[in-house]
Amino acid sequence: MPGQNLRPPNLNITPQEYHNLTMSMTPKPNVIRNSWRAFLVGGLICAIGQVMINLLTMAGLERIEAATAATAILILLGALLTGLGVYDEIGKFAGAGSIVPVTGFSNSIVAPALEFKREGYVMGVGARLFTVAGPVLVYGIATSIAVGIIYYLLHF
Amino acid sequence: MKLMNLKRVGNQTVVFENPPVILSSYSVVGPKEGQGPLGKTFSKIWQDNTNGNKSWEVAESKMLEEAMQGAVSQAKVKADELDFMLAGDLLNQIISANFAARTLGFPFIGIYGACSTMALSMAMGSMLIDGQFARNVLVGVSSHHDTAERQYRSPTEQGSQRAMSAQWTVTGAGSLVLAQTGVGPRITAATIGRVLDYGEKNVNNMGAAMAPAVADTILNHMKDLNRTPGDYDLIASGDLGQVGIQLAKEVLKRSGVETANQFQDCGVMIYDPSQDVHAGGSGCACSSVVFAGEIMQKLISKQYQRVLLVGSGALHSPTSALQGESIPGVGHAVVIEA
Repeated sequence: MPGQNLRPPNLNITPQEYHNLTMSMTPKPNVIRNSWRAFLVGGLICAIGQVMINLLTMAGLERIEAATAATAILILLGALLTGLGVYDEIGKFAGAGSIVPVTGFSNSIVAPALEFKREGYVMGVGARLFTVAGPVLVYGIATSIAVGIIYYLLHF
Repeated sequence: MKLMNLKRVGNQTVVFENPPVILSSYSVVGPKEGQGPLGKTFSKIWQDNTNGNKSWEVAESKMLEEAMQGAVSQAKVKADELDFMLAGDLLNQIISANFAARTLGFPFIGIYGACSTMALSMAMGSMLIDGQFARNVLVGVSSHHDTAERQYRSPTEQGSQRAMSAQWTVTGAGSLVLAQTGVGPRITAATIGRVLDYGEKNVNNMGAAMAPAVADTILNHMKDLNRTPGDYDLIASGDLGQVGIQLAKEVLKRSGVETANQFQDCGVMIYDPSQDVHAGGSGCACSSVVFAGEIMQKLISKQYQRVLLVGSGALHSPTSALQGESIPGVGHAVVIEA
């Protein structure tokens, strides 16, 4: 609490009043514009993935193989664009639209890999590779285990 | 024994008996700052953020070294008459300052006041000189956008959106030589800030975290010296940004101190809104390069007679923020007269 041990003069505002003032003066993110951009770019990335699946299926792959191959290609593209310094620009524009698809996952691995190379391959890249993606993996895998157990019990 | 208290005034202000002279100022900035509205006022502009160094951290330290060497050579002070070097930065264990001090070789006092380090160093350097502990003191600070991003936020190539209230860490270093005698603007008084915390927890709204501390320092400064904001041609906060300066103005107004257009923020001055920096610049370098360039030039040309520089610091760490602590702020003020 401010003010308790302070010699006067003190500011004539309480923490609650200050909080309200901060709320009213801090610019809000443009939710409609950001949602529209996220929808557009996220949708575009998914559409590109779908085109790949269709082309790969036409080239003779099984549907499930085609989906796996398309995912791998998207991961590669995400990594490539991160390496070229383009993906963070896309992310600035699209927000969640480029974070949620698999390309965003790829970005979240490659960005620390680039960044921590200078601290060495073991304690740098090795230790920091999953700083961003780690939480997603931990809770993603944990959730899938929980869902798997529920699924197993329901079909027991 | 009666305690001597000759140069201290009021709550938290010191008034210098023999005001130290700012003999020289030197600033080095990155390309983005060079393209900003104050581009012409900087001593040197790097063409990229590494300038051929192997890492951003090394680059930041070299930048500080360059700024300090520039200030020393401009001041034409003999190296053996430079008694102390006061420097700091934002990185863990203030490595930029430590490594620059290793090269420069002066007796070194490392200072951490987050982004308020420049004003704090100027205040302490002036105390050393007016207290006759030093003839000449070299002060300097640095910050670097990329080193700050990776320490405080996320890898620079990660694609995410920044909050509208977020600020952009200035890449740069600013340095001054303070002296007992000589020609130049003088540091006449300093108000050391107290740490204030109004409960702001959002690390993307640093201006809101620091604004009360800055307002408190200005309020006490005016009271201690029996002055009003009208006695200053410029009151420049360090890096409150667009959100923080509005908050500081409003808090001051409610506390009975009316400021007008003479209250500005170095973080707002250093970039143009078209440079996509959201609420403005931040970092130790922000106030130091704006002061070393723009403000010093206007003091020398007597366009400003009296300036109050209020460095603003957010005293948190990534660890404290993750543990849910709010962000304490501090403001340190120095008065510079032409």
